Amino acid sequence: MTTLTQPGAGAAMATPDASVRPVLSVEDLRAYYVLDLFGVKREVRAVDDISIRIMPNEIYGIAGESSSGKTSLIKTIAGAIQPPLTVVGGKVHFDFRGKSIDLYSGAPADLDAIRWRHLSYIMQGSMNVLNPVRRVRQAFIDFAARHIAAPSRRAFEEVVVAHLDRLHLSPHVLDAYPHELSGGMRQRVTIALATVCKPEFIIADEPTTALDVVVQKRVLAMIREVQREIGSSLLFVTHDMSVHANLCDRLGIMYAGRLVEEGATSDLFASPKHPYTQHLISSLPRIGDRTPREGLKGTPPNLADPPPGCRFHPRCPMAMEVCRTVVPPFVTAGKGRRVACFAAEPETIPDGIANATRSIAA
Amino acid sequence: MTHLLEVDKVGKTYAMGGILGSHRVRAVENVSFALEAGRPEIFTVIGESGSGKSTLARMILASVPPSDGAIRFEGQDVAAIKSRRDRLAFMKRVQPIFQNPFEAFNPLKKVDRYLFMTARRFNGVSRRDEVERQADEALRKVGLSLAEVKGRFPHELSGGQLQRIAIARALIPGPALIVADEPVSMVDASLRTSIVNLFMTLRDDLGVSIIYITHDLATAYYISDRIIIMQKGEVVEAGDARTVLADPQHPYSRELKAAVLSPDAAITGSALAETDAATLEPT
Ligand SMILES: Nc1ncnc2c1ncn2[C@@H]1O[C@H](COP(=O)(O)OP(=O)(O)OP(=O)(O)O)[C@@H](O)[C@H]1O
Ligand SMILES: Nc1ncnc2c1ncn2[C@@H]1O[C@H](COP(=O)(O)OP(=O)(O)OP(=O)(O)O)[C@@H](O)[C@H]1O
Ligand code: SF4
Ligand SMILES: [Mg+2]
Ligand SMILES: [Mg+2]
Repeated sequence: MTTLTQPGAGAAMATPDASVRPVLSVEDLRAYYVLDLFGVKREVRAVDDISIRIMPNEIYGIAGESSSGKTSLIKTIAGAIQPPLTVVGGKVHFDFRGKSIDLYSGAPADLDAIRWRHLSYIMQGSMNVLNPVRRVRQAFIDFAARHIAAPSRRAFEEVVVAHLDRLHLSPHVLDAYPHELSGGMRQRVTIALATVCKPEFIIADEPTTALDVVVQKRVLAMIREVQREIGSSLLFVTHDMSVHANLCDRLGIMYAGRLVEEGATSDLFASPKHPYTQHLISSLPRIGDRTPREGLKGTPPNLADPPPGCRFHPRCPMAMEVCRTVVPPFVTAGKGRRVACFAAEPETIPDGIANATRSIAA
Repeated sequence: MTHLLEVDKVGKTYAMGGILGSHRVRAVENVSFALEAGRPEIFTVIGESGSGKSTLARMILASVPPSDGAIRFEGQDVAAIKSRRDRLAFMKRVQPIFQNPFEAFNPLKKVDRYLFMTARRFNGVSRRDEVERQADEALRKVGLSLAEVKGRFPHELSGGQLQRIAIARALIPGPALIVADEPVSMVDASLRTSIVNLFMTLRDDLGVSIIYITHDLATAYYISDRIIIMQKGEVVEAGDARTVLADPQHPYSRELKAAVLSPDAAITGSALAETDAATLEPT
């Protein structure tokens, strides 16, 4: 088994090197669910003004509470959106080796040309997307066979079987129908499908939620191994902060459709600046701990009618008068670090607001 | 002592690869345990992916028959439940909660419908105000109210809210036992905490026993009374949850505990470095 090192120790870096071009640039991206309910128009602002760059050979993690827009964001990045989810602004640009592509400007991008080999996307709950009436073997033949240079069907199957073994799955799963596999086995089959072609860019949405910790560790190690082997990039979404801590070079924290903090994983864990990130990190459960805990107070914001100003203000212990009306800008706050919070970056508080810094916290 | 639930030397064999499949899988092997009546507890099942946890849950819910052994609920063999009437009576006492709230609800159906339907079906109420009252009462137990939920579609609610509604729905018939198969896998740490806190309230205030299937050792430690650890269909370790998790004895239980990823890795270095998975046999 290959030895893997600390996050950030690879070629990936917290501060992007200007000479290396990002594989993915997301700029001011906005994607809303545009709903027409009996003639009443409503917008759910699931992705609101997000900019992210991901470098070659980098693992970028996205964390955030349930319903904060993580899946909506990466669906949009993966070019896998369907109405009512609509891109209303911004751009998504990929710069693969020898092929660049703009997803939402101009003619519809030819995604089939890049799927699987350049870009693969493991959807949330994707264990349920396998065709129920076809054996698992058929899925591998359909999706992966033409991207793997194997001289024969048999050689191809050997590649697949070896790959399944890395995920702790026996060759028998190839003969199975999806419903005959446990939840965690199906989840691993979809991970195998998405990684067997060793794509340049892997997007994964909660890919290990149904796995026991022993298998999860093995699966994460495999994903990282494949990523390092060819220096590909990985965009990894999970609400499990322990997984982020062990896997990701950099992290972006989402709250209510916006990115609120970004930085190198170690910096973010050592000194979270945004109050929401602070909550995420301080509330991490640990075995052996029976002290009564509480979830984050208050209710998650309604993205069809998000709170004005800082979207976190109704739940923020540090909220001030200014937070109620002004959106905190997402600004650079140290090396490779960005944050959107008036308390963390007081110089971003605009002038001329009465009692701007008076506390309003409950 | 009478038993609420008795799982007696239960086993399950499946044929894999369809009806003509040649491969047979022993999903559950000789599992026994019992929950006592009048002593509500949170009984946790932890184990390897593919070790038979969901199969065990399905057998307890009488949706899959065991190949060997028997499951008795309040003294009655659940395999003997045949008529629709007996089945309804059983389901009134034993309710499921599944992993994925997004799947449990039909996206085109308003979520309150599920609550109303459950009240009508299991509690025999038909008057609209009484149906709504029961739905509201169940929702209040999970920190919601009918006013917040009424008329809304699943996608208009967050995963955590949906999961709480799924729990409220399970509470309407007034069950003595809830079988929850990975109920918190899909939700973030904060909601996870509120859901497991709710389980403790159900046990302590409503006297409901809960079979809690999970991969999360931290919440298992936090809420469980007893625990079993499964590998390849068998129970490899069982006992008081705190004792087992604090000092596991079986090699697999130890491996499980050792594999828990620590958030401190962000600072001290990733544990993915020493993955010695080569020692594992594939599932
Ligand atoms: N088809 C839809 N129509 C309307 N709103 C939707 C739709 N799909 C999702 N939403 C809403 O968009 C918001 C963001 O959802 P999203 O699935 O992106 O969250 P998430 O961060 O991935 O959550 P989780 O951690 O639970 O997977 C939520 O408020 C959700 O209710
Ligand atoms: N309907 C079925 N037909 C054939 N085999 C099945 C069927 N359902 C489950 N199995 C097999 O039984 C074994 C146990 O599956 P089960 O779903 O009970 O595991 P589990 O412990 O819940 O796993 P996970 O943690 O991944 O959900 C697996 O090997 C699975 O492939
Ligand atoms: S901007 Fe204000 S409300 Fe928002 S996180 Fe910072 S202190 Fe809290
Ligand atoms: Mg999601
Ligand atoms: Mg299962």
